[in-house]
Amino acid sequence: MAAPAINKAGQTGGPGSADNAVQSLTLGKALNLGLRAAMEADPKVLMMGEDVGKLGGVFRITDGLQKDFGEHRVLDTPLSESGIIGTAVGLAVRGFRPVCEIQFDGFIFPGFDQIVSQVAKLHARTRGRVKMPLVIRVPFGGGIGAVEHHSESPESYFAHTAGLKVVSCSNAVDAYWMIQQAIQCDDPVLFFEPKRYYHSGNMKAEVDTNATPIPLFQSRVLRQGTTATVVAYGPSVKVAMDAATAAQEEGKSLEVIDLRTLSPLDLAPVYDSVRRTGRLIVVSESPSEASLNSEIAAKVQQECFYSLEAPVLRVNGFDVPYPPAKLEEHFLPDLDRVLDAVDRSLAW
Amino acid sequence: MSSPETWTHPEPREGPAATAAAPTAEQVIAGLRATSEGGPELVQLLTPEGERVPNPEFDRYVADVTAEDLRNLYRDMVLVRRADREANALQRQGQLGIWVPLLGQEAAQIGAGRAMRPTDMAFPSYREHGIAWTRGIHPKELLGIFRGTDNGSWDSNATRFHPYCIVIGNQVLNAAGYAMGQRFEGRVGNSGDADDTNEATMVFFGDGATSQGDVHEGFVWAAVYDAPLVFFCQNNQWAISEPTERQTRLPLYQRARGYGFPGIRVDGNDVLATLAVTRWALDECRHGNGPVLIEAFTYRMDAHTTTDDPTRYRLSDELEAWKLKDPIERLRVNLVRHENADQAFFDSVQADADALAAELRDYCFNMGEPPIEQMFNNVYAEPNPVLDAQRDDFLAYHASFGGEH
Repeated sequence: MAAPAINKAGQTGGPGSADNAVQSLTLGKALNLGLRAAMEADPKVLMMGEDVGKLGGVFRITDGLQKDFGEHRVLDTPLSESGIIGTAVGLAVRGFRPVCEIQFDGFIFPGFDQIVSQVAKLHARTRGRVKMPLVIRVPFGGGIGAVEHHSESPESYFAHTAGLKVVSCSNAVDAYWMIQQAIQCDDPVLFFEPKRYYHSGNMKAEVDTNATPIPLFQSRVLRQGTTATVVAYGPSVKVAMDAATAAQEEGKSLEVIDLRTLSPLDLAPVYDSVRRTGRLIVVSESPSEASLNSEIAAKVQQECFYSLEAPVLRVNGFDVPYPPAKLEEHFLPDLDRVLDAVDRSLAW
Repeated sequence: MSSPETWTHPEPREGPAATAAAPTAEQVIAGLRATSEGGPELVQLLTPEGERVPNPEFDRYVADVTAEDLRNLYRDMVLVRRADREANALQRQGQLGIWVPLLGQEAAQIGAGRAMRPTDMAFPSYREHGIAWTRGIHPKELLGIFRGTDNGSWDSNATRFHPYCIVIGNQVLNAAGYAMGQRFEGRVGNSGDADDTNEATMVFFGDGATSQGDVHEGFVWAAVYDAPLVFFCQNNQWAISEPTERQTRLPLYQRARGYGFPGIRVDGNDVLATLAVTRWALDECRHGNGPVLIEAFTYRMDAHTTTDDPTRYRLSDELEAWKLKDPIERLRVNLVRHENADQAFFDSVQADADALAAELRDYCFNMGEPPIEQMFNNVYAEPNPVLDAQRDDFLAYHASFGGEH
């Protein structure tokens, strides 16, 4: 059955109504409005997670939803990640479209078994008779000075798992549309949100709620360039864009691609770009061994072998447990590490 | 020709039967516990000798059960056992890669399964061949799992019987979520004419699963959301080689109290008691008083699976003691004693069982090879260009051998 069409948010006069279609929003507020629009469009959409109701989530992403949609659609759940995912599976079997919030990236692992064993496999196990249209929202990445388990980037585990789809938004416009598209998707979607930019005022963007979004599972060229290609997703997109701005001052023209979809990967824009620039730098906060960046490097060398002027270079977090906050600036890929990789690529 | 009373035992594998000669103290204690009557709170309506004993609390839940109903329960159990023995034999003959015997648990499963309405939902573990039978699923639909051609071919939506769950305990949370959904949709607690619209969910798991975090979480979630969920724990005394006391210090049904809902222990070898107790539990759930935990006290008379060798960890005396409490035999004696069944009936059940076994056997022998593309199809509901390309590449590669690879 086709998913319902995306509701233009707030046609009843709330935020984003027709006479107020373009708003300047933070990424967090855009997610909040996107979730609201999805709940208005389909009564089967549920929010569930720890503290998502009265509190509105520890990051306030579900703020106001329980008040407007009720306790049976916005569930303050027990502190039980396997329970959140495991019951969402049963609710999905029943015909609901649950949107699960995992409070922090590092807390998803109690739910890992349910995600890998049930969420990812039920559609195949039943030869298509049972769909799993659930979304698992994961605030991820570092840079917020948090204690252990609050800054991780576990997306590669899920991109490695057949049966799951994995996306990550990097800006408010994508946040608004991608969360609604993920909820409409009949496959389970892991939705990774760059928590450090939730409430950044300087990341506000004009969101036109009457616009037509590009498809969910598509990468996008954010900035065109000729010297080298930089691919990033989630919080690393801003790092890549800042690096491109800085490189411009040195006369280097970087093409920046926001992956947006981590599984399935949409690398056609990357291949196209690398065939022109001959150089690729992939940026991510996750550890680099056996990561998404490794997969991208493998595929690009296979598809663009004769176009490459230098090996694909990875700029990642290190292969260590996420460090204490006072060290995270050294762990996280930053503008300088990206520019250093560009220089190494050019010097090859 | 085999009868319901015929057993097959797994052949001991190579190597010493470590414990056959000299049982350890732990084995003796485990055996004594496993063969106890289940404690004073065990609900029983049919004694092992087939005698109907009154029970003021639960008699009314089976007051409508006629002689014909009893005969049907008997027939169910005999057919399910026969299918189980046939599948076990098919494994021994190399037709199945593995089989998971249900021998000894027929009453627990038929009693529970026949208590459900068609609109109720069931979430099984992987030994629930008897529950499957009560949901209208022919045993041949199970065979693909064990022959390696699919993961079960029944329609879980149409039968309201979820796919077998092989990861221990996962299904308990899935069932809790489904039951929450029934409540959210207003299918609980309706009275009068709307009583028929009420629904409940049953989830099946074993004594070993009770140690899993997911089962604990399922108890918590069902309790705090007042979910119409019957937790049906078949305590068959053994989790592969580990006795129940490796999982718990107190009787399992008593755990329910800690979560704030009723728990009850029923004689799982007594089909009538299991039917009564499950009807009560489902009633409670449909009327908004769920969840409920039922511990069906029973015994796994065969191995964990066909790859298991119980002679290494339990005494044959224990099995002999449980044979005296056989679930089918006690109903047969009851039917005979009250002249509710004659020889012609037993002969017809035997003939039906033989026909079912022959059908199963014939089906198994003629199961085809699954098409290669099956493993690629239905991984996703919506298109996935990466996987589609992988499939197309492999199919082209495979086709390049001209069907000789």
